[in-house]
Amino acid sequence: MELRIANDAAYAYTGGKTLDANLPAVVFIHGGEQDHSVWALQSRYLAHHGYAVLAVDLPGHGKSGGAPLASIEDMAGWIVALLDAAKVNAAALIGHSMGSLVALECAARNPQRVSRIALLGTAFPMRVSPDLLQATKTRESDAHGMINAWSHSGYAHYPSNPGPGFWVIGGNLRLMQRQKPGVLHADFAACDGYKTGFERAAQVKCPALFLLGARDAMTPARAGRDLARAVPNSTVVTLGSAGHNLMGEKPDEVLEALVEFLRAS
Amino acid sequence: MAAPRSLQFDTLSLHAGQRPDPVTGARATPIYFTTSFVFRDADHAAALFNMERGGHVYSRISNPTNAVLEERVAALEGGVGAIATASGQAALHLAIATIAAAGSHIVASRALYGGSHNLLSYTLPRFGIETTFVNPRDLAAWKGAIRPNTKLLFGETLGNPGLDVLDISSVAAIAHAAKLPLLVDATFTTPYLLKPFDHGADLVYHSATKFLGGHGVAIGGVLVDGGTFDWEASGKFPELTEPYAGFHGMDFQEESTVAAFLLRARREGLRDFGACMSPATAFQILQGIETLPLRMHKHVENTRKVIAFLGKEAAVESIAYPELPSHPDHALAKRLLPRGCGAVFGFNLKGDRAAGRRFIEALRIFSHLANVGDAKSLVIHPASTTHFRMSDAALAEAGIGPGTIRLSIGLEDPEDLIEDLARALRAAKG
Ligand SMILES: Cc1ncc(COP(=O)(O)O)c(C=O)c1O
Repeated sequence: MELRIANDAAYAYTGGKTLDANLPAVVFIHGGEQDHSVWALQSRYLAHHGYAVLAVDLPGHGKSGGAPLASIEDMAGWIVALLDAAKVNAAALIGHSMGSLVALECAARNPQRVSRIALLGTAFPMRVSPDLLQATKTRESDAHGMINAWSHSGYAHYPSNPGPGFWVIGGNLRLMQRQKPGVLHADFAACDGYKTGFERAAQVKCPALFLLGARDAMTPARAGRDLARAVPNSTVVTLGSAGHNLMGEKPDEVLEALVEFLRAS
Repeated sequence: MAAPRSLQFDTLSLHAGQRPDPVTGARATPIYFTTSFVFRDADHAAALFNMERGGHVYSRISNPTNAVLEERVAALEGGVGAIATASGQAALHLAIATIAAAGSHIVASRALYGGSHNLLSYTLPRFGIETTFVNPRDLAAWKGAIRPNTKLLFGETLGNPGLDVLDISSVAAIAHAAKLPLLVDATFTTPYLLKPFDHGADLVYHSATKFLGGHGVAIGGVLVDGGTFDWEASGKFPELTEPYAGFHGMDFQEESTVAAFLLRARREGLRDFGACMSPATAFQILQGIETLPLRMHKHVENTRKVIAFLGKEAAVESIAYPELPSHPDHALAKRLLPRGCGAVFGFNLKGDRAAGRRFIEALRIFSHLANVGDAKSLVIHPASTTHFRMSDAALAEAGIGPGTIRLSIGLEDPEDLIEDLARALRAAKG
């Protein structure tokens, strides 16, 4: 669906159903240089199983207008504005990578609007090495290649995503390449510049799921567990042979972990 | 910080899309000879049907053996996914049927495989799809032939029969300026010699019957989506950007930013036209792809040796191979095809049709048949076979002379091939 937030077009995929704001709401927040389509299977499933789903394209990404936001704090503010625009009182936030920090920040600052958070492929601090950060600015295509190589743990995926016959590694690369120039650096600089992860983690009151890939080379599971320990009411699920692109590499396992977590309310 | 490595071509040829079977430990790709796949429960079934989960339902739509082939070819091409089809012709038809309909128009190179030419020129017009054929070297002609209802530009990486090299980046630029995708038949080059997506093509297909399979045992095709084309920004493809009543009102572009085309092709064309590949065929083509880099290297090496021999023979009037300075696309080929221009080419024998016939009949290693891209060397004399009804004038129009011979160079010892050809050249003199 198309919304307007701060005078810009804001797009959210509603899982193939018309949004019914009376249902329990789930907001999916993608990672750096990506868009809503990374959640295609999980968001579509939940939309057909009793949830109001908003899988957003953050500003400047995918079909949303505007420029990419410069900080995790600004993105968290934008998510609240999205809930307002969609007339949703409270929602579970599911975020991947950069989006996981957005969910964390948003939950800590808006306890009345966020019922639970699931953080996938997360770590704090989400430091970006100086070389990679420089590459995101001056050599986007090299940076895409590095990120893509670091994001996958295997070269064969079952049942693949969004289905058989799709080459997950190629799809992830192309999705990055399809974002506008400048988005990659803005996103990675925002991750690198987020400093208050542990303080915010301690303030989170709602249940939190940490869904980590044992072979994640972008946000190592160890760093994800460190962050999980800082959240009072957290659960950690580690997926064995998954890299950073958990939704691409393990779509069924991610779905099942999310369904169980959302049901346990 | 060391940059991470991604797997290279030779490794992908062996591994992309497949790992040892987690249940049985089988290292090779099992042939999943099953029409259908059990659902875990009713919810799992509904989720698979509604594309809330990925997975197999029925082997016309997808099959685990075929999926390995699809993912492997997509990996080798640098695409986002692929669909295995019953033949190369089925892949071309699926590509066109996914984005064109009655009232649509295609601009195609006139230097096409005969079967593709038949489809575009005679069969699709019966379904309301018209094609304008252009000289692939004439960029102004590509541009000039585009109409408001054009949906697709289409050519072969190496055209038939003269091996016209498609200037992919220039034709892609013309297509993209008109908000249209470029489809490329890459059968003769395979991703080992050329990756059309790197040069701007949006869709690629193969007759896997040829070099991908590589052993002349199975008919098949593969259609690959590059994931590069922005269907929504184009505005010309409601099939991909508006709800489709035939599949739960799905808007494919919303569902997948990079693979809307492939989703629709599988959920509509493969489902409804049904030109799927058998898993046994998928296995055979996968076996071929495991050695694709080795074979293509040797195909090209042997071809260069054979051409060097033919070039010195008085009975040979001309050879059409883009690595030769005499070929009109020599400079383009150097840039686009540094690893070689494939292993299929034509040459002109001095003399009449009878000389051509004598040549063919004297060969002992080359097999006289209508195919290319086998491990074994093949030969055909168009004037006495595929084109035998045509007058010499009509043949000339098609770029074929009475003495034109087409060779597909295999993997034999090159000296044996050269000796065979030398014998046939002597026989041709009569
Ligand atoms: C260049 C080219 N494209 C397409 C085809 C058609 O493929 P198939 O015979 O697998 O349908 C052929 C077959 O000869 C071919 O040579």
